[in-house]
Amino acid sequence: MFGYYLDLALRSLKRNKVLTVLMVLAIAVGIGASMTTLTVMHILSGDPLPGRSAHLFYAQLNPDIARPHAKEPAYVMDYHSAMDLWGAHRADRQALIVNSAIKVVAPESAVPPLQLDMLSTTTDFFPMFGVPFHYGSGWSADDDAQHARVVVISDDLNNKLFGGANSVGRTLRLGRSDLHIVGVLKPWRPAPLFYEAWGNYTRPQDVMTPLTSGLEINDGHFMQFTCWDMPSTPGHLQNAPCEWVGLWVQLDDAAKVSAYKQFLGDYAAQQKSLGRFTSGVTRLRSLMQWLDYLGVVPDDVRLQNWLAFAFLAICLFNTIGLLLAKFLRRSGEIGVRRALGASRAAIFAQCLVEAGLLGLLGGIGGWLLTMAGLWLVRRQPTDYADLIRLDLPMFLATFAVAIATSVLAGVLPAWRACRVAPALQLKAL
Amino acid sequence: MEIRPILASLSKHRIPTVLIVLEIALTCAVLCNAVFMIGQRVSAIRLPNAIDEHSLSMVGLSGTDEKTAGSDIPRNLAALRGIPGVQAAGAISTLPLSHNNWGWSFGTSPDVSVFDKKTVNFSLFFLGEGADKALGLRLLEGRFFNADDYADSSFGSAPLPETHVTLVTHSIAERMWPGQSALGKTYYTTSHYYTVVGVIADVLRPNIDGPGEAANYYSAFFPMSAEGSKGNLRRYVLSSAPGDRDRVMRAAEQKLDELNPNGVTKSAIYSDMRDQYFADMRSMAWMLVLVCVVMLAVTAFGIVGLTSFWVGQRRQQIGIRRAVGASRSHILQYFQTENFLLSGAGVVLGMSLAYGINLYLMRHYEITRMPWYYLPVSAIALWVLGQLAVLGPALRAANVPPVVATRSA
Repeated sequence: MFGYYLDLALRSLKRNKVLTVLMVLAIAVGIGASMTTLTVMHILSGDPLPGRSAHLFYAQLNPDIARPHAKEPAYVMDYHSAMDLWGAHRADRQALIVNSAIKVVAPESAVPPLQLDMLSTTTDFFPMFGVPFHYGSGWSADDDAQHARVVVISDDLNNKLFGGANSVGRTLRLGRSDLHIVGVLKPWRPAPLFYEAWGNYTRPQDVMTPLTSGLEINDGHFMQFTCWDMPSTPGHLQNAPCEWVGLWVQLDDAAKVSAYKQFLGDYAAQQKSLGRFTSGVTRLRSLMQWLDYLGVVPDDVRLQNWLAFAFLAICLFNTIGLLLAKFLRRSGEIGVRRALGASRAAIFAQCLVEAGLLGLLGGIGGWLLTMAGLWLVRRQPTDYADLIRLDLPMFLATFAVAIATSVLAGVLPAWRACRVAPALQLKAL
Repeated sequence: MEIRPILASLSKHRIPTVLIVLEIALTCAVLCNAVFMIGQRVSAIRLPNAIDEHSLSMVGLSGTDEKTAGSDIPRNLAALRGIPGVQAAGAISTLPLSHNNWGWSFGTSPDVSVFDKKTVNFSLFFLGEGADKALGLRLLEGRFFNADDYADSSFGSAPLPETHVTLVTHSIAERMWPGQSALGKTYYTTSHYYTVVGVIADVLRPNIDGPGEAANYYSAFFPMSAEGSKGNLRRYVLSSAPGDRDRVMRAAEQKLDELNPNGVTKSAIYSDMRDQYFADMRSMAWMLVLVCVVMLAVTAFGIVGLTSFWVGQRRQQIGIRRAVGASRSHILQYFQTENFLLSGAGVVLGMSLAYGINLYLMRHYEITRMPWYYLPVSAIALWVLGQLAVLGPALRAANVPPVVATRSA
């Protein structure tokens, strides 16, 4: 039966080519626009560390004495609190995050000096975030403790400075200090750059050093997120009234999560009673909650998504109207089929098959337009341009949405068509 | 034109009528908001900025030793001024629309602290000698900094300059001392105060909010000596004829590379920096334009398709009307009036929907209230579109010969 309906549908589509092309185009542009923005949304709001993110938590408290009634804690914390919490080792793994800009030279390479962002962190950073190594490995807890002059570099920087060779053991000059390369990463591009508090899609830093060493070699060049009082020595923030250090913890089960929440709350309460804090507010957000809180998906992208779906709705109304016109125009033919014994359900099914076929054609057009749309997005000067591509689920979704949309659009016209009174139509023939 | 028969006929085709009205309404609502968003972005992209944007190029220099800045900066500037085509050169801490913001809050009374709610946040620009000329700042009142101002200013341990003179933009003057001359007035923060020696035309901050915000122009300028700059005068600005910018910029980068083998240079033409700042907005605006155009086309085709269907369905009726004396223009008018009514219903619904969408977007996104005139303008646009779309099928209807009446369907 399906084959017969398909044949009828093809004949019907061929009969009025202009109308068919108009309908297919309307579906295609609607699908193209909405799938382009949906793909961008899908990628930007994705999980940067699938499988791990559920166990990763970002700790926040409010050291800012000028905001005693703040409902939300600060994005990052002061050095003192960060070291207290990190030093307590209450989590399965924990990493501190500090950023600064530094000049980087490889003494044995002819590449001119580069000004790069340096991530200063602690040993757990690498296993905790599943950072892949091409050569070597991260540094040890001893290296952290002994302020070891070691550095881990990105795949990108290794290609630039050492032509992709195994550079473990070589020297890299950061500022005025010589550091030993202990690890080279594989290409690593978590999107968004979740561990930073700025919530965007930039690439991870090219150089990573132990926090203890980073603070020494780049002393005087650390930038605060914000301060609640005048720092006495700008760039050297260890004792400054400033927020600039992030703390990530890994907690492997629910009991540990609630225990750590308790620990964090107790710490803030204790600091408040000591008079160092004025607010006891703390948060322990999971990685995905943290991204949600940062509002990392750009407003423009979310607006585009709304717009695209309004647009799809317009195309849908359009398709319903045109299908209705098309089916009712064939009232005579439908009357004959009904008179010859076709049931209403058969007419309904026949109409839906035709709508579905239109959807399939529209889906092919929509897929091509989605590819074109994503190509345009990739050419935009955004941090996330290089991430945008159509993955298999979104490819399948394109056709699913196209067919679902057009079948949905076909329901009302098909229902009207199957209610055509055969006697009236036969009389008019 | 009698509209009763039209209404009677539409009420016989309720579903297609409702569909086309809904389609027009949704199109109208999206069109209003999209055009409004395009307008917002275009006015942001075009925000005036009182520096010589078209003659400016910039070379950033980092990684050099701060201790030798006192001799490095004058030496570098002398070399840059020697490049043929350079009209002025100076060192500066940051540039408008560079994303590199140094913000601080000030008040008008001596007892304010930076956390006071009454304070106003400014972006601070530190000018080395000559940078005012290279930027092409435009003085409205008072004077620029003199040699003594530059020599006396430095950074101590605070993140604020140790000086007592400042230049402010017109917008700051209006905000801090409305209706008065700002010249000679002083603004304060804990332990520091600055007296206004000159008011300049509005210069944009390194980061801006939406268009129409006076705060976009809260830029304050301070003199800074090379030796006291502590590594904060890292950008060299050069002015030249617009045609020379590329060459001047490359020559300057090369010069600075030669003079500072340990440094890292990065150069740009200012108008490119500005374009870069607005690149996201520009692409969003183009995307919105594209969506509007395609959406209008889809709606127009929808109208064409549906009217064509109706014309086909009513050929016999039209023939009868023609046979009993209706002229072609009567038939034409019938379809035009019908479309006018449909569009009318659509835009009335659409305008209220547009208003609702705007309210929703205001609550959830950084979007301001849409001015009222966007509504009637979009309504008229859709009315015109409807009339254009209906013209083809209506003309075909008008050409139905009266003889059709005598044939059976």
